[in-house]
Amino acid sequence: MKSVLADELVKTYDKGRVRALDGLSLDVEEGTVLSVLGPNGAGKTTVVRILTTLLRPDSGSASVAGIDVIKNPEKVREVIGLSGQYAAVDEILTGYDNLVMFGELYHLGKKQAVVRAHELLERFSLTEAAKRPIKTYSGGMRRRLDLAASLIVKPKVLFLDEPTTGLDPRGRQEMWGVIQELVKGGVTLLLTTQYLEEADQLADEIAVIDTGKVIARGTSDALKKQVGGERLEVVVDQANVAKTMEIVAAVSGNKATLDEGLRLISAPVSTGSAALFEVLKSLDSAGIHALDVGLKRPSLDDVFLSLTGHAAEEKQAEITEKKRGRK
Amino acid sequence: MSAINDVAIITRRQLLLLTRVPEVLIFSTIQPVMFVLLFRFVFGGSISTGQPGGYVQLLMPGIFVQTVAFTLAGTASGLAEDMKKGLIDRFRSLPISQSALVIGRTLGDSLLNIVVLAVMGIAGYIVGWRPSAGLGNVALGFLFLLFFGYALSWVGVLVGLSASDARVVQNVSFIVTFPLTFLSNAFAPTTGMPRILQYFAEWNPVSTMVAACRQLFGLKNQFGATAGSFPSEHPLTTSLIYMVIIMLIFIPLSLRKYRHSVD
Repeated sequence: MKSVLADELVKTYDKGRVRALDGLSLDVEEGTVLSVLGPNGAGKTTVVRILTTLLRPDSGSASVAGIDVIKNPEKVREVIGLSGQYAAVDEILTGYDNLVMFGELYHLGKKQAVVRAHELLERFSLTEAAKRPIKTYSGGMRRRLDLAASLIVKPKVLFLDEPTTGLDPRGRQEMWGVIQELVKGGVTLLLTTQYLEEADQLADEIAVIDTGKVIARGTSDALKKQVGGERLEVVVDQANVAKTMEIVAAVSGNKATLDEGLRLISAPVSTGSAALFEVLKSLDSAGIHALDVGLKRPSLDDVFLSLTGHAAEEKQAEITEKKRGRK
Repeated sequence: MSAINDVAIITRRQLLLLTRVPEVLIFSTIQPVMFVLLFRFVFGGSISTGQPGGYVQLLMPGIFVQTVAFTLAGTASGLAEDMKKGLIDRFRSLPISQSALVIGRTLGDSLLNIVVLAVMGIAGYIVGWRPSAGLGNVALGFLFLLFFGYALSWVGVLVGLSASDARVVQNVSFIVTFPLTFLSNAFAPTTGMPRILQYFAEWNPVSTMVAACRQLFGLKNQFGATAGSFPSEHPLTTSLIYMVIIMLIFIPLSLRKYRHSVD
C-alpha cells in the first residue's frame, strides 16, 4: 500500500511567476523511507507543506495514509507527524513543558501526556535537559526535541523537512542515529535533504527533485551508478604526470583524465579502498611520491551535474536571485 | 468540547510563558504605572479639571484605556514571533481546532490585562485616585476595559499574522495605537483642540471608552464639538457598539488569515 501519494502537484507563488512545484509526483510505500533530495529552492519544503496540510496546491492531488489531504486535512493531521526545518518548539518553555503541552493538544489527557513526555525525553537522551528552557539547548538537542514532539502519538507517516540542516557534524551524526532507530521500528518516513550522504544513510529510495519536478528516482546505489560511482584522484609533480596517468588507468580499467592546472589525475573506480591501496602500491614501486591521493564519493553536485547538466550551487544562486527580485 | 479544551491548553501556555519569563509581566506593569506617576505629577498640577479630586480622577480612566489598547501590540508581536520560529506550522499540523492557537493567544493576553489593571489600580489609589461610584460600577468599568482589550487583541492577531517581521509589528502597532490614544480625551480635554480635531477625538473609540469609564467611576464628561450627540450622551453604548463592530470585522478576518497564513 502507498502511504504517501502525490500526483502532478503544482504550486506557484507571486501570481504564477515562481513555480515552486511544477507537476511533481511521488509515492512512498508503507513502512519505507523516501528521501526527497534537492538543492535549496527545488521545492522540497513546498511538497512537505502540501502533504502535511499546511499549504494547498494550485492543482494536482495528494493523499497520506489513504486520506485526501485537500478534502480531509483534519483527518490527515491525526495520522501524521511533522518536524520542520526550524525547531518548532517553544523556546521559553522547558523541553518537558513543551512535550506535555503537545501531548495534551493530542488529547492524551494530562496524566498520559506526562508519562509520554518522560518516555520521549528518555528515548531522545534529553532527560537531563528536561527542566531547562529550550533556548539553552544546542541545535541538535532542539531538533531531537522537535522530533520527539512529532512522535507523541505514534504517527502513521512521519515527515522530516531537512532534519539536519544547520547542525554541526556531531549533531548530524546524533540525529542520524535517532532517525535510524525510528526506521528500524518500521515507520513510514518522507525526509527531505540537501545531502546525498544523508539520503544514502537513511533512505530506501531517493527522489531527486529540481525546479519543482522529480528528475530521477531510485535506490541510492542505482543513482550513484547513474552518476558514476567513486573516483580515484591523485595529485603528483609535473614530472610524474604521464607515468601516473598510466598507473591510474591500469588500476581503474578506464581512461584517466587530467586537470592540468591542479595536476590532478582521476578515473572512476568500482573497488573503493582496494583501488586506493593498489594505486599507492604501484606509485611506490614506480618511485613516484604522490602529493595527494584519495577516493572521492559522488556528491549532490555530481548527481545534479550528471542529471541536469547544471550544478546544485548554480541553481541555488539563481533562486536567491529570484527571491531578491521579489522584494 | 475538544475545541474548548484546545483553547484552554493554549491559554495555559500563555500563562506558563509569563511565569517562565517574569520580566514580561514586570515590564508590562512598570510602563503603565510609570505613566500613572508621570502624568499625575507632571500634568496634574497644571491641568484644572473643575471636578472634585483633581486631575488624577480623569487621568486614571485614560491610562487604563491606553494600557488595554496596547494589548494590540502584545498580541501582534507574540504571534509574529511564533510565526517566525515555525511554531505556527507545528500547531497547524496538529489534529486540533485550527482557531485554538489564536483564540488561546487572545484570552491569554486578556488574562495578563487583569494583572496589569490591578497593579495600575493600586498605583492610582496610592497617588490619590478615588472613584466616587459604587463598587459594582467600578467593577463594571474594569469589565469593559478587559472587553475592549480583548476586541483590540483581535486587531493585533491580524497585524501579527500579516507582518513579515516581528520588529515591524511592534512599530506598526505603535503607529496605530499611539495617535489613537493621544487624539482623544484620555489625557487632556478635547475642548482645547482645533474644532476639526475635536470631531475625530470625540468619536474616537478610545474617547468613548474613556468617557464610559469616567461615567462608571462617577465623573462628569466634557465634550466639545460633539456635545449633545449620541456618543457624548451614551458613551457606554457607543463603546459597546464599537467593540462589537471591531470583533465582527477582525475575528473573521484574522481567522481567515490564520488558515491561509502560508498560502
